[in-house]
Amino acid sequence: MPDALPRRRITLTVNGKEHSAETEDRYSLADFLRHGLGLTGTHLGCEHGVCGACTVLVNGEAVRGCLMLAVQAEGCRVTTIEGLADDDGALSPLQQAFMDNHGLQCGFCTPGILTTLTAYLRDHPNADEPEIREALSGNICRCTGYDTIVRAALAAARTIREGAKA
Amino acid sequence: MKPAPFTYHRAGSLAEAAEMAATLDNARLLSGGQSLMAMMNLRYVAVDHLIDLNPVAEIAGIAIDGGRVTLGAMTRQRAVLESDALAACCPILREALGFVGHVQTRNRGTVGGSLAHLDPAAELPGMAALLDAEITLTSRGGARTVAMADYPQGYMTPDIVDGEILTSVAFDLWPEGHGWDFREFAQRHGDFAMAGVGSLIALDADGRIGRAAVILIGVGDGPLRLRDVEDILTDEAPSGALFAAAAAMAAARPMSADALVTEAYRQHLSRVLVRRSLTRACARATEAAHA
Ligand SMILES: Cc1cc2nc3c(=O)[nH]c(=O)nc-3n(C[C@@H](O)[C@H](O)[C@H](O)COP(=O)(O)OP(=O)(O)OC[C@H]3O[C@@H](n4cnc5c(N)ncnc54)[C@H](O)[C@@H]3O)c2cc1C
Ligand code: FES
Ligand code: FES
Repeated sequence: MPDALPRRRITLTVNGKEHSAETEDRYSLADFLRHGLGLTGTHLGCEHGVCGACTVLVNGEAVRGCLMLAVQAEGCRVTTIEGLADDDGALSPLQQAFMDNHGLQCGFCTPGILTTLTAYLRDHPNADEPEIREALSGNICRCTGYDTIVRAALAAARTIREGAKA
Repeated sequence: MKPAPFTYHRAGSLAEAAEMAATLDNARLLSGGQSLMAMMNLRYVAVDHLIDLNPVAEIAGIAIDGGRVTLGAMTRQRAVLESDALAACCPILREALGFVGHVQTRNRGTVGGSLAHLDPAAELPGMAALLDAEITLTSRGGARTVAMADYPQGYMTPDIVDGEILTSVAFDLWPEGHGWDFREFAQRHGDFAMAGVGSLIALDADGRIGRAAVILIGVGDGPLRLRDVEDILTDEAPSGALFAAAAAMAAARPMSADALVTEAYRQHLSRVLVRRSLTRACARATEAAHA
């Protein structure tokens, strides 16, 4: 094993802001966001791709933050839970719907669920309940039993559709 | 847990990746990372060098040409699922890809990574077996092609030697109007199948089964092509009794058991799934014939 662990500097855009920082080669994107950039909203549950808590958007698409290396995000555009609200703090329609419909209890799974659904509803604003349940199949929530999450997602889809019409 | 330390290498081209694969000791190729990074995080796998194929655009893409389909190794699973051109000429792929993990894993996971990983329950190797695919492996010394029938050498052991990179998989299309079905049984949507089945049926001019292909996944060491079942289907008129006989034959073979599922349960699942799958595939072929 080498004396110094392999590291390199990466440059990427996170929530609209460019960052240049050092990372170990073996760091996951999720670890880098948390420990390198202090963005601790991205949660790590299982670290092997099953629970979905670490989900972030890379170039707009939902990916497992625990299964992508930080060094692979060089030049990428990353959105985390911290980037979903407006700059002035106004919640996204999805975040608001989660508040209104009690879409969370402890909130551990919520960042991954919100990032997943942000991309999904953008691409499928007419999604029905079975489709939303399938889209959520890669995110485990231990608390809510999913019904309120699905209700929140359907409510957000309505808001997004109405916003698109207005 | 963090993976054990390694050095990361970005491969800029196939030639560069092949050079690295030939010269770096204890190295692994990284495609979607949806299996490899999980194994490294769990420290089932420790490497000194990781060769990232993601920048190698020349081995990504879907080509449909003269009745033959070629999928580049770095084609994302999501791209296969969403390709309307593929769904038009080989509709079973869309049906099967819907069962490969979840949207987040399909966004990164690749065709080549799945074929190289060769999980016995994985849908893509099952599709390759069903479609009589050929797999192309490239190394510094050149390329060779392996028939999918000869490619699995045992449990999660593909015919890939050190220094080789899986670059593409190719197969001939079935005739227009063929029937298809893919279905599986898993604990949660997107989890690995306890048993899964894929079938393709082409009817002849008299409405009999002119050609059949059937596979099981998740029940043995690798994708299981059911040649004996295909034989009893061929030249017969589709019927409930025929499908039941085919299903019983499929379920009679030895199957794997694990902590969750006994052999008898896998055989039961296989019988039910094969019967339903053949019924639907034949119904679709009949529908196409009358359309
Ligand atoms: C929660 C979850 C659920 C999943 N469910 C399913 C499922 O239902 N069905 C399913 O099929 N899969 C499933 N998977 C696994 C699937 O997502 C992986 O994408 C796939 O198994 C591996 O493909 P990859 O591109 O991610 O490869 P990687 O993980 O990058 O690589 C896998 C292996 O193949 C080797 N390799 C990669 N590319 C090449 C190449 N071009 N040439 C030679 N060797 C190569 C690697 O070195 C490694 O050993 C799941 C994964 C997760 C995390
Ligand atoms: S921490 Fe990444 S999926 Fe669980
Ligand atoms: S709200 Fe607690 S895990 Fe989902």
